[in-house]
Amino acid sequence: MAREATRNRKIAFTAFAWLVGLTLFFPILWTILTSFKTEGEAIATPPSLLFFEWSLENYFEVQRRSNYLRHAMNSVVISLGSTGLGLLVAIPAAWAMAFSPGKHTKDILMWMLSTKMLPAVGVLMPIYLICQSLGLLDSRIALVAVLMMMNLPIIVWMLYTYFKEIPGEILEAARMDGASLGKEIVYVLTPMAVPGIASTLLLNIILAWNEAFWTLNLTSSQAAPLTAFIASYSSPEGLFWAKLSAASTLAIAPILVMGWFSQKQLVRGLTFGAVK
Amino acid sequence: MRLMPVLMGTCAATLLASQALAATTLTIATVNNGDMIRMQKLTDDFKAQNPDIEVEWVTMEENALRQKVTTDIATKGGQYDIMTIGTYEVPIWAKQGWLVPLDGLGADYDEADLLPAIRDGLTYEGKLYAAPFYGESSMVMYRTDLFEKAGLEMPDAPSWDFVAEAARKITDKPNEVYGICLRGKAGWGENMAFLTATANSFGARWFDENWAPQFDQAAWKDTLDFYIGLMKDAGPPGASSNGFNENLALFQTGKCGMWIDATVAASFVTNPKESKVADKVGFALAPDNGLGKRGNWLWAWSLAVPAGSEKVEAAQKFIAWATGKGYATLVADKEGWANVPPGTRTSLYENAAYQEAAPFAEMTLESIKAADPNNPTVDPVPYVGVQFVAIPEFQGIGTAVGQQFSAALAGQITSDQALQNAQQLTEREMKRSGYIK
Repeated sequence: MAREATRNRKIAFTAFAWLVGLTLFFPILWTILTSFKTEGEAIATPPSLLFFEWSLENYFEVQRRSNYLRHAMNSVVISLGSTGLGLLVAIPAAWAMAFSPGKHTKDILMWMLSTKMLPAVGVLMPIYLICQSLGLLDSRIALVAVLMMMNLPIIVWMLYTYFKEIPGEILEAARMDGASLGKEIVYVLTPMAVPGIASTLLLNIILAWNEAFWTLNLTSSQAAPLTAFIASYSSPEGLFWAKLSAASTLAIAPILVMGWFSQKQLVRGLTFGAVK
Repeated sequence: MRLMPVLMGTCAATLLASQALAATTLTIATVNNGDMIRMQKLTDDFKAQNPDIEVEWVTMEENALRQKVTTDIATKGGQYDIMTIGTYEVPIWAKQGWLVPLDGLGADYDEADLLPAIRDGLTYEGKLYAAPFYGESSMVMYRTDLFEKAGLEMPDAPSWDFVAEAARKITDKPNEVYGICLRGKAGWGENMAFLTATANSFGARWFDENWAPQFDQAAWKDTLDFYIGLMKDAGPPGASSNGFNENLALFQTGKCGMWIDATVAASFVTNPKESKVADKVGFALAPDNGLGKRGNWLWAWSLAVPAGSEKVEAAQKFIAWATGKGYATLVADKEGWANVPPGTRTSLYENAAYQEAAPFAEMTLESIKAADPNNPTVDPVPYVGVQFVAIPEFQGIGTAVGQQFSAALAGQITSDQALQNAQQLTEREMKRSGYIK
């Protein structure tokens, strides 16, 4: 009896989890399905879920119109570059805050977080003018720097939380053995915090990949990433939903595949230290 | 033989050769609509004629484009060599000295062939500052089958009273057929484009000759009450969030008896690949109220060269190609006459092949001719523009007023409250900007 009740509960939880998962995934699925429809079928009511004339025409059209590979390469460089640079700055910062906290460490952490509350558009003009005067408009360098700064508070906070879980005694032991500060961070702290660093890395790559304010405003053609690629298919005068869906599918495909393969690492990192 | 001089000589020769071969690259910002995308596809023809000029396209949605090019031109960012801008921006930017006058389009460009209403909207102090790529007005698109069934006949130049009566008659809400679909989504280029043009035909105006806002006048009250009443009786549900695309989807799926919107929609609703009602669509001029002004607007997407560009000569060459007479022939050869960008040149409308291929051609031309950006209203006004007021402050004011009218359409506030709020906020902004004291 008790075993049956447990089994029923398990089935109910599984069904609920599937329901939530499918609900979250449905917009992406719908986008992917729409990308294989004609423009007429894309706006048809009632919409057809699977029984329509499947066509790759929208993908060919997108290929003809846009340089997908250049946009994708820009996205890769900008997201990896900004995240990598952010980690280089954030690891020492988080180490200092976790293992040598000062009187104002908490305040500094809160202040860093508070910078995320500033709407990005509030600093658009100064950053735009700085980029213009440095000749960095439409360049990957500007976006790597700006996105690194935008995501730095999150990176520092995440790493700080992970580092706090590592016993300080281990680092002390390394110091006793004669490890320098650099060696302590590189050979002792970093390997122990790999799951945390990996999840920070993945999360920030996703954030940088999806960032659509700075990438749209600071680029035109050469450094434009996939967000600009998608935006170029949106139109207020004309229903190009199928083409827009094909462009969106192509843009999210790399990050979707990356997320799929790294989900174990991502979940492990996000739950790191949750159970002691 | 000494190696160093040889190496240096080789380097210098390579550098010189590479400079000689280096192409001028034009970066062109444009909107994502059918005609612009077609131009993008046909760029090879321009490159064949100008092998030393490369073209980079930056395509964006209209609002994103407006934001980016405005930021770029105001800060002299120099990211673009050619910008696609509308009739709203041209007089304002030309006055600011942000645009290069287009005086290098070539002897065979035939500026006199441009439709006068369109050319006037792009001219400042006698100089052309942008060349029209396509022009549009607004008109009535209606379902011939529903009109026939209801025993109605649409005149070529209907009145608002007829349109309202017909809309109510053909409405069949249980079967999801609505007599009329009109813009309701808030925005200076959304519901306010339609309502400003409609207000012109009701004798209303945004400002009097001294820039005093006029929302407290009876003509605006008549306009808004007429619009809200008609939409309540014969409009689709949730109309306050409908813009061009939402109404296009409704019309194409057979849910609208009439739709008053941009003439560019004609090619979409008559395309059998996209529209369920492609063979049942008729066209008529935008309605009037017998006051001498019709409720249609005038817009032209045009190509302009920002003052910050260092490639003015090459940019003008491209503009001459894209907006010249030869481009129409090129499109016709490759994709048929029906796909030639409409509304810019008189010669296109004199072309028998075009008239035959585009059943909406005559109505488009008549609609464009019926709009006068320099004299848009029944009573005199100090501004230029049919569905907008060509002052920099208008985008903000127009959108704020649009929000009030959209709220009135949604039933959140009354039309009196909406007009009162519109009057107050417009007065405040005009005082702040120094137009009135």
